[in-house]
Amino acid sequence: MTDVRTIEVYRYDPAKDEAPYMQTYTLELDGSERMLLDALIKLKKQDETLSFRRSCREGICGSDGMNVNGKNGLACLLNLNHLPKRIVIRPLPGLPVIRDLVVDMSMFYKQYEKIKPYLINDTPAPAKERLQSPEEREKLDGLYECILCACCSTSCPSFWWNPDRFIGPSGLLQAYRFLIDSRDQATEERLANLDDPFSVFRCHGIQNCVAVCPKGLNPTKAIGHIRNMLLRRAT
Amino acid sequence: MAVTAVTNLGRNGLSDWLVQRISAVILLAYSVFIVGYLVYNPDVTYAEWKDLMSLTCIKIFSLAAVMSLVAHGWIGMWGIATDYLTDRLMGPKGSVLRWLFLLGCAAFCFVYLFWGIQILWGN
Repeated sequence: MTDVRTIEVYRYDPAKDEAPYMQTYTLELDGSERMLLDALIKLKKQDETLSFRRSCREGICGSDGMNVNGKNGLACLLNLNHLPKRIVIRPLPGLPVIRDLVVDMSMFYKQYEKIKPYLINDTPAPAKERLQSPEEREKLDGLYECILCACCSTSCPSFWWNPDRFIGPSGLLQAYRFLIDSRDQATEERLANLDDPFSVFRCHGIQNCVAVCPKGLNPTKAIGHIRNMLLRRAT
Repeated sequence: MAVTAVTNLGRNGLSDWLVQRISAVILLAYSVFIVGYLVYNPDVTYAEWKDLMSLTCIKIFSLAAVMSLVAHGWIGMWGIATDYLTDRLMGPKGSVLRWLFLLGCAAFCFVYLFWGIQILWGN
């Protein structure tokens, strides 16, 4: 039995389109396609002008984040069997569109850069590596797995309104990953940079980020830990 | 680099966050007290109500509730204004509208606080 899907895709080429529009495609699946990304690749063979990002096709690179039927996700992790006959695909919300499903992620990366996503440790480096106990290493679980796909930050209204000032769930998850790392020595400096009305405290805990994270991570929980650290630091 | 803002209540995010939570607890306690009192005293007379509100401890509790509402309201309105009334969303008029809106909120908060104190502690 053939599986025919109706796929509506957001199209916008600033070089020739005055405004974005939705284009409807009918795609016949032959059973060899498992994920939405497979369908999109097949669709691109039908219409080579369609643009989207993709790379590893297995949920590691975080390139193919998009809004599918109203919810952000990675096309390579969305099983076609779990999607309805009519699939509506839009770019990640809140970021400027470069073309079709390709968004400009500069603002997202700028926020990531702000949290200094690297270990800061001025003590002389040991001969091999800075060691951690299994318990210390365990604290990084649920944090280090973030692949920076931006599904969480672009589903967060606080990030939509203040992408230049609110770090966003992804950046804050990463911030906590370095705050809690036993090898990092810049805890005070990191916390001082987060203690303003926007960077952390724009999070109102609505947990859209938790609902959409394709890796099953919990940025809201990490943000709560940062708040507690800021509170302990100040009292 | 940390982001600064000159119009938020407590000069940093943590104090605003803390004030908002503490004021919410005070407002909840006050609401429970008032509703509880009215439920358990459905036939309360004006004289009884006035006596209750004249107790010093209730005056302090009421004043705490009024101040909590002002602080909670300002932080909330400041959050709304800096979300939606911005240059980023509205162009240069965003800042003008935000300042006008915040000015209105500040005037409202001031009148509310002044009036509340006058009702509670006036003759």
